[in-house]
Amino acid sequence: MLLDTSDDHTADFPVSNNRVDSMPRTKIELPNIEYLSILDEDAKLDKALEPKIANETLKTMYKYMLLARRTDERMLLMQRQGRMGTFPQSSGHEAISMGSAIHLGKTDWHVPAYRELAGLLFRGWSIETTLLYWNGFEEGAMPPEGVNDLPVCVPIASQLLHAAGLGMAMKLRNDNSIVMTYFGDGASSEGDTHEAMNFASVYQAPVVFVCLNNQYAISVPIAKQMRNETIAQRAIAYGMPGIRVDGNDVLAVYVATMEAVERAKRGEGPTLIEGLTYRFTPHTTADDPKRYRSDEECALWTKREPLARFKKYLVAKGVYTEKQLEELEQELDTLIKASITRVEEMAQSEELVNPLSMFDYLYSDIPPYLNEQREELKKHLEDVKNSTNSGVSPQKASAH
Amino acid sequence: MAQMNMAKAINLALFEAMDRDDKVIVMGEDVGPDEGVFRITEGLYNKFGDKRVLDTPLAESGIMGTAIGMAIYGLRPVCEMQFSGFDYYAFHQLECHASRFRNRTRGRVTVPVVMRAPYGGGIRALEHHSESREAIYAHTPGLKVVIPSGPRNARALLHSAIQDPDPVIYYEPKAIYRLFKEEVPEAMETLPIGQAQVVRKGKDITLVSYGASLRPTLEAAELLEEEDGVQAEVIDLLTISPMDATLIIESVKKTGRAVVVHEGPRTCGLGAEVVARINEAALLYLEAPIKRVTGFDVPIPYFSKERFFLPDPERVLAASRETLSF
Repeated sequence: MLLDTSDDHTADFPVSNNRVDSMPRTKIELPNIEYLSILDEDAKLDKALEPKIANETLKTMYKYMLLARRTDERMLLMQRQGRMGTFPQSSGHEAISMGSAIHLGKTDWHVPAYRELAGLLFRGWSIETTLLYWNGFEEGAMPPEGVNDLPVCVPIASQLLHAAGLGMAMKLRNDNSIVMTYFGDGASSEGDTHEAMNFASVYQAPVVFVCLNNQYAISVPIAKQMRNETIAQRAIAYGMPGIRVDGNDVLAVYVATMEAVERAKRGEGPTLIEGLTYRFTPHTTADDPKRYRSDEECALWTKREPLARFKKYLVAKGVYTEKQLEELEQELDTLIKASITRVEEMAQSEELVNPLSMFDYLYSDIPPYLNEQREELKKHLEDVKNSTNSGVSPQKASAH
Repeated sequence: MAQMNMAKAINLALFEAMDRDDKVIVMGEDVGPDEGVFRITEGLYNKFGDKRVLDTPLAESGIMGTAIGMAIYGLRPVCEMQFSGFDYYAFHQLECHASRFRNRTRGRVTVPVVMRAPYGGGIRALEHHSESREAIYAHTPGLKVVIPSGPRNARALLHSAIQDPDPVIYYEPKAIYRLFKEEVPEAMETLPIGQAQVVRKGKDITLVSYGASLRPTLEAAELLEEEDGVQAEVIDLLTISPMDATLIIESVKKTGRAVVVHEGPRTCGLGAEVVARINEAALLYLEAPIKRVTGFDVPIPYFSKERFFLPDPERVLAASRETLSF
């Protein structure tokens, strides 16, 4: 079949304007990468760059950032007490998560990695589901009804392809929604990251790629992860805009994401936003950073964390008084405590601890061979229960 | 009714599926204007255009991962791996996500995606272009695997795969894409996933096979009748997973002897699973151990020697005779 060259197939696939074919040697002009910072670690504000954000929105952002931080701190305590499984802390990443997620609407999709607790809570995931998930219950990975969210993703970077696919579908169906997806500096080395950005770019999919560059992939520092100065500059390679922001500055994250979202909604394709921040906690509660970095470095960056400066900004702006902030903190702490109590009850419930549920969600209809296995376990559990009830030890019972 | 080969039958199924459901999308390398390296997607791009038939960048993990995203959104992507040997790149997305989203989210997020790929040897292809790793996917909870053996069941199975709410691997035995024609009914039909078929009735020995290996198995059955007066019952699995063990067990209880025939390597191949299931349900009906006529535990040799790797009627005949004279 001859290729129909009269039909312009490239309409949806804009090519770079940098086609330079001159001799002998000419410079190929490539886009620049900017760094954006609006509210610095001392809460010094660049008034010219300050975004106009409604007070209600500022309050929403702060509330979920604080809720995420307090939940995270509480979860750490629980883990040390044996009441929570190993989990990755999200403390320090509230600005990147919330400053970007705030732009998402009901039909948009939120595709996290696993440190975006602030965004998750904002999107409607309850504290209970978070606690359930990190305590080993699948029910903790159920997106809230009617919410276009994917759950936390453990295989590094693989979620970026799902985000690209969601965005491609939106583009193909003329759906004016967007996808926002998150990944780390370590994830940026994975092949899936490259493939996702390439696909999203080729199809001009409405995807906002948000990189949490917290400078460590467990123990591997950024200097061992890549030779490029920024992750943002990789956007140039995919023909999409890229920007690096101070990842601890919620206002900078807000502005960069807003631009990216608007661009996506105008049909101009994906953007890469890199938020430079720091993981001042261990990678997970099972990690010991003393093995690979200095306390001085950690202390330096911990001072730059996002909540303190945002709090100062809000008070200076008159959005909150100090007293109101204290009350908010207490309110959220009460909420968290109530959620923990509820979860610890739920974790005992018949429904959640029923092992047979492991068979029930593999397929829409359980196939015969799997049902046989379900029956096998069911019978075995009954046999064990009956033999323990009758006073015979399970060991003796199984010797029959 | 029309006479057509498997390639045409699969093509027909894609046309029908895309006509009846505009959520069905075809995507893969070279599937658009080039119509696929085996021309399976012939005509689709011309009819449905580039919003339903997507030429993707060269990245199998990318193809599979984005197909998963599109399926989650609500589309029904039928993604093509150019050769099954390249779906290893996609395996991570299949194993970690396509097969797990329903379970992970207790049914809130589901992935109705189909992965099609030409698989198996017999066309004198390059290295890596003759793979038979369906057993890996059968070993992955949450996936379904189907392998047609002829034009009619190819068309019907593909419809079932596309309509299935869960991810389905649809492997196309490329050696028989154009080997023979068969009557394919005008009206669209489906074949339930999970149902094997008895394609030759017999009482003396059960021969289980699928895909391109079905033909040499049937040839051996003919030889057994002509030369030994033995009536072999031949079962076409059609669905690798969930396997129709019931039909196999019924047959073995009748014949007392069995041989399993498949291309993929022997160790932990489908044959091993068939043997295990027969042992569990019908051990005392067996007159002889079950033999497996399979590819060997080696990569399929380069095409100068591939015919020694692939099961042929002579090997099936020899194994059957040994089983019968045990």
